[in-house]
Amino acid sequence: MKVLRKFVDNIKPTFSKGGKLAFLHSTFDAFETFLFVPDHVNKKGVHVRDSIDLKRTMTVVIIALLPALLFGMYNTGYQFNLSTAGDMTFWGMFWYGFLKVLPLIIVSYVVGLGVEFAAAQIRGHEVNEGFLVTGMLIPLIMPVDVPLWILALSVIFAVVIGKEVFGGTGMNIWNPALISRAFVFFAYPSQISGDKIWISELSKGEGIVDGFSGATPLANAAAGQFDSMPSFMDMFLGFIPGSIGETSTLAILIGAAILIFTGIASWKIMVSTFAGGLLTGLLLNAVAPGPDSYLAMPAINHIVMGGFAFGAVFMATDPVTGSQTEKGKWIYGFLIGMMAIIIRVFNPGYPEGMMLAILLLNTFAPLIDHFVVESNIKRRLRRAAVKN
Amino acid sequence: MSNKIFLRKGLNIPLKGSAASHIARSISPDIIAVKPSDFRGLNPKLLVKEGDAVKAGTPVMADKKRVEILICSPVSGTVKEVVRGEKRKLMEILIESDKKNEYQQFSVPNHRKDASAEEIKQVLLSSGLWAFIKQRPYGILADPEKEPKAIFISAFDSAPLAADLDFTMRNDFENMQVGIDVLSKLTPGGVHMSLHADNFAGSPMHRLERVKTHIFDGPHPAGNVGVQIHHISPINKGEIVWTIDLNSLAAIGRLFTKGVFDLKKVIAITGPRAKKPCYVETIPGMPVKDIAEFAELTPEKKSGELLPIRYISGNVLTGDNVGENGYLGVFHNQITLISEGSYKEMFGWALPLRAQKFSFSRSYFSWLMPSKKYSLDSNLNGGERAFVVTGVYEKVLPMDILPMYLLKAILAEDIDKMEQLGIYEVIEEDFALCEFVCPSKTEIQAIISQGINLMIKEMS
Repeated sequence: MKVLRKFVDNIKPTFSKGGKLAFLHSTFDAFETFLFVPDHVNKKGVHVRDSIDLKRTMTVVIIALLPALLFGMYNTGYQFNLSTAGDMTFWGMFWYGFLKVLPLIIVSYVVGLGVEFAAAQIRGHEVNEGFLVTGMLIPLIMPVDVPLWILALSVIFAVVIGKEVFGGTGMNIWNPALISRAFVFFAYPSQISGDKIWISELSKGEGIVDGFSGATPLANAAAGQFDSMPSFMDMFLGFIPGSIGETSTLAILIGAAILIFTGIASWKIMVSTFAGGLLTGLLLNAVAPGPDSYLAMPAINHIVMGGFAFGAVFMATDPVTGSQTEKGKWIYGFLIGMMAIIIRVFNPGYPEGMMLAILLLNTFAPLIDHFVVESNIKRRLRRAAVKN
Repeated sequence: MSNKIFLRKGLNIPLKGSAASHIARSISPDIIAVKPSDFRGLNPKLLVKEGDAVKAGTPVMADKKRVEILICSPVSGTVKEVVRGEKRKLMEILIESDKKNEYQQFSVPNHRKDASAEEIKQVLLSSGLWAFIKQRPYGILADPEKEPKAIFISAFDSAPLAADLDFTMRNDFENMQVGIDVLSKLTPGGVHMSLHADNFAGSPMHRLERVKTHIFDGPHPAGNVGVQIHHISPINKGEIVWTIDLNSLAAIGRLFTKGVFDLKKVIAITGPRAKKPCYVETIPGMPVKDIAEFAELTPEKKSGELLPIRYISGNVLTGDNVGENGYLGVFHNQITLISEGSYKEMFGWALPLRAQKFSFSRSYFSWLMPSKKYSLDSNLNGGERAFVVTGVYEKVLPMDILPMYLLKAILAEDIDKMEQLGIYEVIEEDFALCEFVCPSKTEIQAIISQGINLMIKEMS
């Protein structure tokens, strides 16, 4: 430990003003603060500070993502095994999935952090921690067979267009991870829709069991094939095709519990998103023309299918792009849940609605906040009127 | 008669080193500093020069625009030095005490009950005690031309390791009562006093008469007078109220009974680096050096480095880092000694346990040990970032104010929005906890200062 400290102190002048590599100052700084909490002290204002910082905050989110990530790895192997009627063991399936998912994570982090460091360097800022979470979220909302070059492109797009052009972490309007997903969706539609892409190697078509479709429950539902949909339990536990991290509602709920307990993410947004989805589902049930209609599907199924739970817990709760007022969070979450179900049920083009619902409400979050702020102002003014 | 107000939001920072209820000794300092910066809104005009003899109560400064507002010397002796900073800005006046405590005698009305508001005002102004009344909005010197809606006094301090006012004020009951009687003549709205629910019945201030009592329950900042005003009778545009602290109230009482300017008070010496935290009797402006014997010099070892002590006049949230050679601020009731956090901790942010670290969030495990006290130091515990996390400030600000939006309005210098979002109701101390919990390490009190200064400039 002391050796490391000495080494860092030794090379520090090279990267400081006047040093040979001074232009890499931000990069050096990022690594130094990664290794050591800096010795900065309070200059004015309070003299002591809470131990939490953004690094810690982001770390907690990563920990909350781990159950979904680990299950996603396992499920990748499980679905492959199912499609090929193989006889892989539990660990075999996990290892298979691990090898499939790891490259995605590596590409996401290497490319994303590369862009982040470059951006910080250009601005002369410290490197922000925001991408630690984004870099993990992006692979988790991709199909496992997504080509690495597409992933890399989408990460670059997300960081540059989704975040840096607005001024970096804390300044962006839309959730960068969803921007990457939207980029792939609109730029390479064939890579992210259809039945073949959700399971590893399925598009190659070798050794596939007869009649195995690989369709996600959402696709089934959109096509009206309610008979071929998996059981509720399978969907809740996550033994279904889908994006890597989104399938297991259970794993996501464990993550949600961590986020809510630590107070890192807003429980208000999570609860209201689920409530919005459920109530909209129930409302559609009530007006369904017949039992075969998509509208008649049990509302609870909407919650466990596709990316609804993942979006509600990890995407909608992004504090930067979500609603910032406490009352606004209720409205914001509820509308996300509602829009997601409406897009799913009434939009013939694309079976999933969560991504578009969150991006839409990201756009409107400032408007929601505006009304909350205005109501606060009015209440405060009324207070004066009552007194006089 | 008294109504109870329960505040759920807030935080008591579990800092080590609260003072034991005994007065270790009485300090009579050799040198006293009078600092214009203690009085917000004072545009100081020097009235003495080096070598002048002064008594306790001799004016040493006046406000340039309102020359009737005087700042007086708290001791008798000679003016030793006038310290000036950049652009000849007046920093402090150092007065060497002759330790004789010779008081300037002020003539006070014989029958306080019949005294007019004008008479009382004149006595307060000529004695220099007027400067101890603060005016809201902004917490500035009170304007003698204006009548306040009401006067508010907080009878408890909820800040970390704050002096127990029930203890420090216990011998000043009569003085405080006289102070209340006098001040209540200056406002139609009466004098309001807030006590803490935990021990209001046992507090000496509970027996004070001719005062409207309010009971507050909840963690810090329940003791901030601004928070109390917000819940008792919020300040709207165009209104002004006054606030005064208990020690100044007792000083007014002494003035009207004995005719003297006597600021002596009991302060707490606290903090993780204080040896046997306790109370001392002293005079504001005392050099911090005079309490050197209470500093724990045995260094705390962290990463092999010896950590120096930070001397704070006031509490850890709002106090001033005055340094070893600094002086006690005139409104401060405590000195807090903490370690300077100038060390680098390897992988600090990633270590899961860090049992010595306190956090309001549950991302550390300090929630498992709710009664544990911590030796917090001045380390920033991270790097400064843009606003990212939302909803945290709201948890420690028990006011109907949207903190993030007020801060953004200030940063955007949007006067209308600042007005609408509550700049009239807050001063820096109300946002100190927001600053403490901020994961982005934003200097929130500095932003509030900036807003208040802008308002004063634009509205005058």
